[in-house]
Amino acid sequence: MKKILNDPAAVVAQSLLGLAAAHPDLLRVTTDPAVVSRADGPRPGKVAVVSGGGSGHEPLHGGFVGPGMLDAACPGAVFTSPTPDQIQAAVSRVDGGAGVLLLVKNYTGDVLNFETAAELLAADGVDVRTVLIDDDVAVRDSLYTAGRRGVGATVLVEKVVGAAAEAGADLATCERVARAAVAGARSMGIALTAPTVPHVGEPSFTLADDEMEVGIGIHGEPGRRRERLTDADGVVAALLEPVLADLPFAAGDEVLLFTNSMGGTPLLELYLAHGIAEQSLVDKGITVTRRLVGPYVTSLEMQGMSLTLLRLDDELTRLWDAPVRTAALRWGA
Amino acid sequence: MGCDARAVAAAVRAAAAVVTAHRDELVRLDQAIGDGDHGENLKRGFGFVVQALDESTPDTPGAVLKLVATTLISKVGGAAGPLYGTAFLRAATAVGDATELTPELVAKALRAALEGVVARGKAEVGDKTMVDALAPAAEVGSLAAAATAAERGAESTIPLVARKGRASYLGERAIGHQDPGARSTALVLRAFAEAAS
Repeated sequence: MKKILNDPAAVVAQSLLGLAAAHPDLLRVTTDPAVVSRADGPRPGKVAVVSGGGSGHEPLHGGFVGPGMLDAACPGAVFTSPTPDQIQAAVSRVDGGAGVLLLVKNYTGDVLNFETAAELLAADGVDVRTVLIDDDVAVRDSLYTAGRRGVGATVLVEKVVGAAAEAGADLATCERVARAAVAGARSMGIALTAPTVPHVGEPSFTLADDEMEVGIGIHGEPGRRRERLTDADGVVAALLEPVLADLPFAAGDEVLLFTNSMGGTPLLELYLAHGIAEQSLVDKGITVTRRLVGPYVTSLEMQGMSLTLLRLDDELTRLWDAPVRTAALRWGA
Repeated sequence: MGCDARAVAAAVRAAAAVVTAHRDELVRLDQAIGDGDHGENLKRGFGFVVQALDESTPDTPGAVLKLVATTLISKVGGAAGPLYGTAFLRAATAVGDATELTPELVAKALRAALEGVVARGKAEVGDKTMVDALAPAAEVGSLAAAATAAERGAESTIPLVARKGRASYLGERAIGHQDPGARSTALVLRAFAEAAS
């Protein structure tokens, strides 16, 4: 393992100190419990939007804390969901009395910990709602799995809900916007290499030079199948086809196309893939009206990418365009 | 030998030592079908449990179990924190204020732990989870028999397709691997049984 690292056990806390140092105007950060919150919170009368999850997916979620997006984030250990008292601490730091919306990626651990926290918060009189994000089409959603994983759509949901809350929407409206975005988003990812978890010290799986893992998540868990690595056209097709077929997206749809690097794939390759995906959508009569390209929902240093499509209507487009000022996403503000 | 608060605390310390000794094995099992954090998370969690016991040993077995539960829930995260925490919390409630654990109370605690894990994780026997180890353990009379039943139960997960947790994403690729949560459950119960004998 080669990493810029002191103590693997302190990697999350030490990284959070750096995040705080980089954005003193924007963020307040504590390491015990680990919470990233808006410097200007709590905002009285505003719905608080809180998310969190395992670390290792940076800039998710701490990089999306700030005006127009999240009020607070609670980072767990690497690839491990945060604990209930961490989530409660995050909420208490930003609860402005207008209710709290928890945005939770659908993984067993995240769901259990956020569920416990939500029960404890409700017992304390906080008006708290939870929306699960489950956009990964690689997982069959059935009684026989833990349900689909939350992956790329997470950043899109956090952006539009954060915009709604910033504009003064009430808790029910924020919840409705979140559910609409989740319902209209689908994702799929591939890996070319595996990530190495700092406290494990070796790659989570091994792939030969000519192999790719199709249908991966963001935690180094193996995907659904292993295939021979194809060229970029083949990779994009392997991602786009199941995404399009699932919702399904159809000619005439307006969409946001999010081309995401898993951390190790450089922008040179990512833009190349994005261009192919855009052309492929044009060929199918689907209009790409908004885009996001970059490493936003990562899996440590894993090489690989995911494609997320979000079907847009006027409301979601307006919320996407609204000003945002966070460490990782900024425009209009 | 009486099974008072000190004996229960000693058993918990023994379990912590076993989890620490088997950290790498649990990491490897979890890397095969999950995300590789189970061994590290349990080691970390039980480390905090030992620290809490060093600071104060509660005066009843139930209070010891409750301290284990609250520590695991607040320190571990992931699925293991709430699930293990719930198991210990229900066990604590089941034994109440008793100053010594009888075999009947141990059996009652195991059944309560199972019910708690099933209620929280919504898994059934055959889903390739810790329930596959805990359910057979809750059906037998003694801790030693429970540990043996849990070990068999954990091994029974090897040919299964997972229907809960991260391994469920893999479909048939999960076949041939022992479930790390079932394995750690068997390890903890074996440590308890040896400490009590």
